[in-house]
Amino acid sequence: MTGPVLAVAGLRAYYRTSAFGVRREVRAVDDVSLSVEPNEIYGLAGESSSGKTTLIKTIANAFQPPLQVLAGSVVFDFAGKRFDIHSLAARELAAIRWKHLSYIMQGSMNVLNPVRRVRQSFIDFAFRHIGGPLPEFLDLARKHLQRLHLEPQILDAYPHQLSGGMRQRVTIALATVCQPQFIIADEPTTALDVVVQKGVLAMIHEVQRALGSSILFVTHDMAVHANLSDRLGIMYAGRLVEEGRTADLFRNPRHPYTAHLIASLPQLGDSAPKQGLAGAPPNLADPPEGCRFHPRCPRASDICRREVPFLQGASGHRVACFHATAESVA
Amino acid sequence: MGRTLLDLLRYNRQFAAGAVLLLVVIGFACLSFFSPYAPNDAYVTAPDLPPDWTYPMGTTSRGQDLFWLLSFAIRNTLLFGLAVALFSRLLALLIGLVAGYSGGLVDRALMSLNDTFIVIPLFPILVLFYFVMRDRMSWGLLALMMACLGWAYDARLIRSVAMSLRHREFTETAIFSGMSTRQILVEEHLPYVLPIVFSTTMNNINWSIGLEVTLSVLGFTDINTPTIGVLIYWANQHTALVSGIWWWIFFPVLLVVMTFIGLFLLAVSMNEYIDPRSRLGRRAP
Amino acid sequence: MSAPLLEVDAVSRVYSRGSLLSRRSFAAVDGVSFRLESSRAEIFTVVGESGSGKTTLARMILGMVLPSAGAIRFKGRDLSTIHGRRARLEFMQKVQPVFQNPFEAFNPMKRVDRYLFATARRMTGLTDASAIAGATDGALGSVGLSLAEVRGRFPHELSGGQLQRVAIARALLCNPALLVADEPVSMIDASLRASIVNLLRDLRDRLAVSIIYITHDLATAYFISDRLLIMRRGQAVETGEARAVLDRPQHPYSQLLKASVLPPDVPSEPGARLKSEPMIRHGASHA
Repeated sequence: MTGPVLAVAGLRAYYRTSAFGVRREVRAVDDVSLSVEPNEIYGLAGESSSGKTTLIKTIANAFQPPLQVLAGSVVFDFAGKRFDIHSLAARELAAIRWKHLSYIMQGSMNVLNPVRRVRQSFIDFAFRHIGGPLPEFLDLARKHLQRLHLEPQILDAYPHQLSGGMRQRVTIALATVCQPQFIIADEPTTALDVVVQKGVLAMIHEVQRALGSSILFVTHDMAVHANLSDRLGIMYAGRLVEEGRTADLFRNPRHPYTAHLIASLPQLGDSAPKQGLAGAPPNLADPPEGCRFHPRCPRASDICRREVPFLQGASGHRVACFHATAESVA
Repeated sequence: MGRTLLDLLRYNRQFAAGAVLLLVVIGFACLSFFSPYAPNDAYVTAPDLPPDWTYPMGTTSRGQDLFWLLSFAIRNTLLFGLAVALFSRLLALLIGLVAGYSGGLVDRALMSLNDTFIVIPLFPILVLFYFVMRDRMSWGLLALMMACLGWAYDARLIRSVAMSLRHREFTETAIFSGMSTRQILVEEHLPYVLPIVFSTTMNNINWSIGLEVTLSVLGFTDINTPTIGVLIYWANQHTALVSGIWWWIFFPVLLVVMTFIGLFLLAVSMNEYIDPRSRLGRRAP
Repeated sequence: MSAPLLEVDAVSRVYSRGSLLSRRSFAAVDGVSFRLESSRAEIFTVVGESGSGKTTLARMILGMVLPSAGAIRFKGRDLSTIHGRRARLEFMQKVQPVFQNPFEAFNPMKRVDRYLFATARRMTGLTDASAIAGATDGALGSVGLSLAEVRGRFPHELSGGQLQRVAIARALLCNPALLVADEPVSMIDASLRASIVNLLRDLRDRLAVSIIYITHDLATAYFISDRLLIMRRGQAVETGEARAVLDRPQHPYSQLLKASVLPPDVPSEPGARLKSEPMIRHGASHA
């Protein structure tokens, strides 16, 4: 019985800047602990300045000063071997990257080299992991594309000859060609049109089921989470405030922020007015004491202003709130 | 802006070094107001005396105290450089902003003019200017001439910034708020353009001083007013180096090199000031 | 019978690229027509994906771009006849924009109240400082803010939602008849979106301001619109009463759009709505 593919424990990552004698500390990720099981899609939801982008940068060990990891650990488990990603040397990191851990970025043009043909990107990213003679590798790439319902001729095209949706599919094919155990997807469909988005999400879903990989899928779009993620984590102001199976969260959101998020989702066919949430996400350089949501929370009380609620709960549905709704009886 | 400059002075060593160098040079130039001699006096001291306590920089073959003479020279050179820079900045700003904001035919026409001025060979034109003007040559005229030749590169730079600003949404907001074109250019766009103007001013001063020294050394300017270049010209005329009067060349060159390095350091360290986001970061609550 | 508030009459906008020898042209907007009546305020939504021409259409209605063919008439006056500063100011006093990104809509180096005061001073002719402050406070009040909160602030000191409200307040200061809102909530956080959307409806009901609402989000369009126009590659594909069009779309593209929207609830079988559709193979055709 294997453990989680990714185990994040007590992660704390701040941006520390010192310019012209002014020190600033932006507490982007504060005491976050989560784990991702094999063969599941873990969705990470949150709005701007929730810290989710910083969290994945830290998990992937793809960050530079002024971002610093102050505490906590990020441990991957690939086929029995454990890797603490922050203690790996550059060479070991390069050996893991793409073979066991790969990424799907928001902009496909951030990945595909615009002045080389698509197959060159495949060679750049994956050849050293798969090895063997080059023609065999390209053959493998072609078969991989075909399995994902893409035409093998795409390898010979330049990125600008493909449409935006097509490029994003190629990025997904690129990220999965080495059959990694873990994929980090950062808002892969946000910039795409609604029609194209559905196709790309379908592709991600199919690839995940076929390979059995785990995906950490980050997006602010709750409708995408509802339809794609198996489990869901909600981030607010640098902290994880609720986590559980997607169905549980949508049916019975226990944290007031989650409850508001889900209630305010506009739905086609529903003309009832939605409520807005007063206030704004806090400035992470100077966050409120205690629970960071209390200035906007309808259930806030004295203890919320003084103490930080911790993530707790049974049966996989955890919530960090002193006034969390009771768990629904199964 | 004052606060930013103070911040730069305290935390940016390049800026501080450049500022110190420049202050020394400017201070020395100000000493010219206390000179016991008039600038063109000759044979007022014993000639060819090496530096010692009475004459800190020695004397020239024409019997002038180099210390006081140099203070005049560097003052005139600095004023000249400043005048050229000022004139050419005004021209560059005017043409760059108008071309960038207007676009279309106005932009095309102005840029054709601009490109013509870029490719004109400066040196032959200035030499020709000297030969045409001869005795009527004056420093003011030369400064004007150089300013008219020196705006082209920077006008293009300013134009490209103005063009990108034209298409930003806050320009549209300003238009729909009823602001006039003049108001938009001066109040909305200028703050983005000014830091670049500062930086290019330093370069421009360096350029104009360099050109002035070149022309003067070759004798193509009014050699009766002391400037650094004219000083070196006279030193050459009296074959100073061959005669072993090294101080006549050394001190002017030292001073002008200090000026160049000081201005260069300032220009380079202003980069932090140029990026508007760095200024915003300082205003954070 | 008064002239309609806005009449878009077979409007096209063509852009051509290339040199003297080879010119290629493409139509960003191709033969679009609709009208808004003066008698009652309404929210007219233009729905389209990227490349549909909706933003170009918005810019033409605002007078920022001239149509290549057809005409746009505001209260009977053809926009292409508006010349000179005075006529342009008169027009802008009645038609105002709200842009997509509030942080781009304001100069990050200037305080936001500056634009409010400028609009009050130049568009409504107020000169007295206290009158200007009063008008500004009133406009901010109608969007749920106050001058005290906003005075002296820079854009980065406000949240996206607040800044967008300030932008709407600025647009309202001169009592316009028409607001053209280009994706006003797409860059705002989900938790702040609903209040802006509700605000726009409130403006229509309380202040009788007509709004042209441009979006790609069908769900919000369903909630807010009176009438709807769906655009695709510059052409109008379907138009009519908003709820009618979205409940029972007739055109195949409208049906495709509706079918692609993911409902925000969890299906019984995970990923049930995401089954791969073989028709989406040749990505090149989905420009």
